[in-house]
Amino acid sequence: MNTQRTAWLFLTPALLVLALFFLIPVLAAFALSLTDFDLYALADLRNLRFVALGNYWELLHRPLFWSALGHTLYFVVIGVPLSMVVSLGAAMLLNSPLARMKPLFRTALFAPVVTTVVAVAVIWRYLFNTKYGLANYSLGLIGISPVDWLGDPRWAMPTIILFAVWKNFGYNMIIFLAGLQAIPADLYEAARIDGASPWRQFRHITLPMLAPTMLMVSILTVSGYFQLFAEPFVMTEGGPLQSTVSVLYLMYEEGFKWWNLGSASAVAFLLFLIMFAVTAVMLRASRQRGEA
Amino acid sequence: MSKAVINGLLIGGTAVAVFPLLWMLSVSFMVPGEASSLPPPLWPSRPTLGNYHELFARAGMGRYLLNSLLVSSVITVLSLAFNLMAGYAFAKLRFAGRERVFQALLGGLVIPAQVAMLPLFLLLKYLGLVNSYAGVVAPAMATIFGIFLVRQYARGIPDDLIEAARIDGAGEWRIFVQIIMPLLTPIMVTLAIFTFLTAWNDFMWPLIVLTGQEHYTLPIALASLSREHVQDSELMMAGSVVTVLPVLVLFLALQRYYLQGLLLGSVKG
Repeated sequence: MNTQRTAWLFLTPALLVLALFFLIPVLAAFALSLTDFDLYALADLRNLRFVALGNYWELLHRPLFWSALGHTLYFVVIGVPLSMVVSLGAAMLLNSPLARMKPLFRTALFAPVVTTVVAVAVIWRYLFNTKYGLANYSLGLIGISPVDWLGDPRWAMPTIILFAVWKNFGYNMIIFLAGLQAIPADLYEAARIDGASPWRQFRHITLPMLAPTMLMVSILTVSGYFQLFAEPFVMTEGGPLQSTVSVLYLMYEEGFKWWNLGSASAVAFLLFLIMFAVTAVMLRASRQRGEA
Repeated sequence: MSKAVINGLLIGGTAVAVFPLLWMLSVSFMVPGEASSLPPPLWPSRPTLGNYHELFARAGMGRYLLNSLLVSSVITVLSLAFNLMAGYAFAKLRFAGRERVFQALLGGLVIPAQVAMLPLFLLLKYLGLVNSYAGVVAPAMATIFGIFLVRQYARGIPDDLIEAARIDGAGEWRIFVQIIMPLLTPIMVTLAIFTFLTAWNDFMWPLIVLTGQEHYTLPIALASLSREHVQDSELMMAGSVVTVLPVLVLFLALQRYYLQGLLLGSVKG
């Protein structure tokens, strides 16, 4: 009895915070998404009307929503595999018995992860400046004409993807590194004795042994990449020609620029549903492959 | 041969990872306009602290730096206290519904924080907390991830230790402060760095809840500065240095704990 009370006393502050500032708002977001909450309702709640699924229906008819979803998927579909390959590559290099000064390299490769997105986005904007940027200057040296990295709708998203991969790969690298270190060395030993090439060792030992880590990392990365916001906000302001407007960027503009909080909530909820569905499919696919 | 290739690739990768950061530092010491010349200069020809002076004397960077320090520190202290208490309770105290409540919390991990942001804004508006430090701090005062991390770690504490203290007549609070907290020190350090870095780097929520300049945190101030000063690369680089340097130094000093926490939080499902 006494521990019961103590336990709840210990839990109350945290649970109260989570309930008040997370759980209830999430539920409220759904309720909000069924209303036409806008600037007028913000001024006076009596202007609020229930519109059922009207916001969702309208969103599905708005080209901007589909293009925002398209840009976000572009970012996820290209960015996640690229980021995983770079992370795994870096982890394998660091894990190699031949690598020197591992702690130094590890720290340096990880450094971008702890930096502030806004601050490093500012640096990248300078490096990829059309006129004075080092990127174009270097390309110029090998005779490639300047690319308008952040000003050309075709190039803005790839530039943001490159930036995101640079910024984030260290995180997964550390997790992969731990996964690689857990693979028993005798497996490789045996494979070498059997004359397996490094590529075959990678395909038949490293990849299968890393599968659980891989699944977890990919799910974490996918859900992180779906939440693209700060990069386009700072680097391109959604432009050029709205080519870098992501779903969250749309939510932000809809909600906090135009004060259509009802419709913005519908955007947030749709994003949540999509993320949930994608994650579920990934889990299921990996489970089926595990059983086969 | 393969040794040279592997170390060569590592050096190359490291150069790509670190180069933008080093260049940021270098450009921040250049005189205005110098960065906008061709070829892009690697070193300042006449190093100057002028950009930093400009930032602190005129752009109010000192204020934003203090705001960031204040907000991140308060978030770290409060959420550490709340998460520790809750994590310990889930790990070591017996109560009805323990597993169910914990499962429900874990379920919440799949919900992205942004879903809560719009109603949260309205809630804080009606509470009068929009555009205040409290508005930034409030939602960060407890995290599911933090509770989970503490619980995993606290499960390793032997029950006998707590039992013995109870028999000796120690109160629950005293047990927590004098016996449990010292044992949890490693995870406390880890969680503290994690929380501080996350709070420092947070962008979207402060952007939404802080409407007036006087409360801006560094990332928000930097984003708004960079819209006004698109051409002043040198000034912006100095601003980036001020924003990035504190967390980078903190990470370098305590990286062992940070990387440990990263693994605890992700590998251990």
